[in-house]
Amino acid sequence: MVHFTAEEKAIITSLWGKVNVEEDGGEALGRLLVVYPWTQRFFDTFGNLSSASAIMGNPKVKAHGKKVLSSLGEAIKNMDDLKGTFSHLSELHCDRLHVDPENFRLLGNVLVIVLAKHFGKEFTPQIQAACQKMVAGVATALAHKYH
Amino acid sequence: MSLTKTERAIIVSMWGKISTQADTIGTETLERLFLSYPQTKTYFPHFDLHAGSAQLRAHGSKVVAALGDAVKNIDNITGALAKLSELHAYILRVDPVNFKLLSHCLLVTVAARFPADFTAEAHAAWDKFMSVVSSVLTEKYR
Repeated sequence: MVHFTAEEKAIITSLWGKVNVEEDGGEALGRLLVVYPWTQRFFDTFGNLSSASAIMGNPKVKAHGKKVLSSLGEAIKNMDDLKGTFSHLSELHCDRLHVDPENFRLLGNVLVIVLAKHFGKEFTPQIQAACQKMVAGVATALAHKYH
Repeated sequence: MSLTKTERAIIVSMWGKISTQADTIGTETLERLFLSYPQTKTYFPHFDLHAGSAQLRAHGSKVVAALGDAVKNIDNITGALAKLSELHAYILRVDPVNFKLLSHCLLVTVAARFPADFTAEAHAAWDKFMSVVSSVLTEKYR
């Protein structure tokens, strides 16, 4: 199980306070679909995904991105029990959504890049390291109930 | 997988800006790699890896210079990196998984320094470019 130091928790909580869940969520999900087009396989009902600009401007992508990032925000309040926090979502992603857990790792890394873009110099190597640990922990937690 | 004309144009154009900060970008990329993925330090037992170390700076420059060669010869990356491909296959033998880690840290560095240029399209082009470079460097592994 992943263990966060007090310093890592402080870094992540502080960073999260400055994240725009709506904007960054849509940006992260949009970029996942642009950079790794095969991930579009899960979003047949989302309408126009025919170009980078169509994807980034797609209202369903933005809405879903916001949903995903909000869920991450909840997890940040429970960093000591990510597996418990994501238990139901893990079952959902396996049994109903049939999402390969590799996609959680891809999205996690895209999110780190979006944060780097957003925060610039402030997104130091130390801060990135804490975020990488966070997204890795979330990805593992989301895959935990797979069978 | 090969780069489209548009992707090549994006890479070449952004490289103009990137090359003006080549050395610091190389150093920062490696710092990010070693902090986020400490296991990558196992390839550098002979290095002083503290922030600001001369060895780190020299190696970062080396890596970015090689990427620059690939960009200058973007129509023939295989040819441009042939010697490096052999070096990685027979001498360095860096496990292939690490190329993704280094590529990711480079993209984070570029995104942080050039946010306005790092659009979704540019992100896709860079991710693909680094993927091509990684494939070329691991081509002769077995």
